[in-house]
Amino acid sequence: MHLTNIETIPGKTITEHYGIVSGSTVRAKHAGRDFMAGLKNIFGGELKGYTELLSESRDQAMSRMTDQAKSLGANAVVNVRFSTSSVASGAAELYVYGTAVKVN
Amino acid sequence: MTELIINLVVIIVPIALGYFIGKYLEKKHYASIHKREKELAYIPAIVLKKPLQPDMVTSARLVSGSVVISIDKFKRLVAALRNIFGGNIASFESLIDRARREAILRMKEQATDADEIINIRIETSSISKNSRKGSIGSVEAFAYGTALKY
Repeated sequence: MHLTNIETIPGKTITEHYGIVSGSTVRAKHAGRDFMAGLKNIFGGELKGYTELLSESRDQAMSRMTDQAKSLGANAVVNVRFSTSSVASGAAELYVYGTAVKVN
Repeated sequence: MTELIINLVVIIVPIALGYFIGKYLEKKHYASIHKREKELAYIPAIVLKKPLQPDMVTSARLVSGSVVISIDKFKRLVAALRNIFGGNIASFESLIDRARREAILRMKEQATDADEIINIRIETSSISKNSRKGSIGSVEAFAYGTALKY
């Protein structure tokens, strides 16, 4: 599976388009992490637990997107975009979308 | 009277801790950012969509890096005071600057064998938007782009 966030895959030609594919996940943080983050909030600095949580969720969203692309028969996704929104307090939605194509 | 003193201590101690430890952590973080930026300067990271040498590209893949950074108690107080008088909140500017640069560095660290990273997009989001008391004030920076190899 080739993934890029530009319109093409350099060195390859696009032979077929399959339209938009997307994947999303909504994740909530758990209380233990939240407690540690509360302590960290006094001193500032990186919240490692949250960083991990968000990158895990993003990986999951990406694998959902690539699964969808595979089921359409595509072997690449071009012009991938990410977007994040907080649905409720303490939960975040990670959304990733792109165009499924076939390249040779 | 003792109650008043205890209350004052409860308010002042986290702010003082936030000021001193937060300042120290920020200094340390900036030192590490400057060091790694110099180390990774050999990978050009650009916002253009076109590769510099389009005919020579052999592989392309998506790379990304993200970081969540929280504000400290002192910065939060400064921001609350700024809200009364207006003006730019310098303490928040440095926070977001750190987050973005760290995200770009993590993205580059994923692509140490690449010759170029093109079409970089940077996204910022706050995880807990509500400003109610006790909520976590933090900002997430996420950077992604296409790493090319010649």
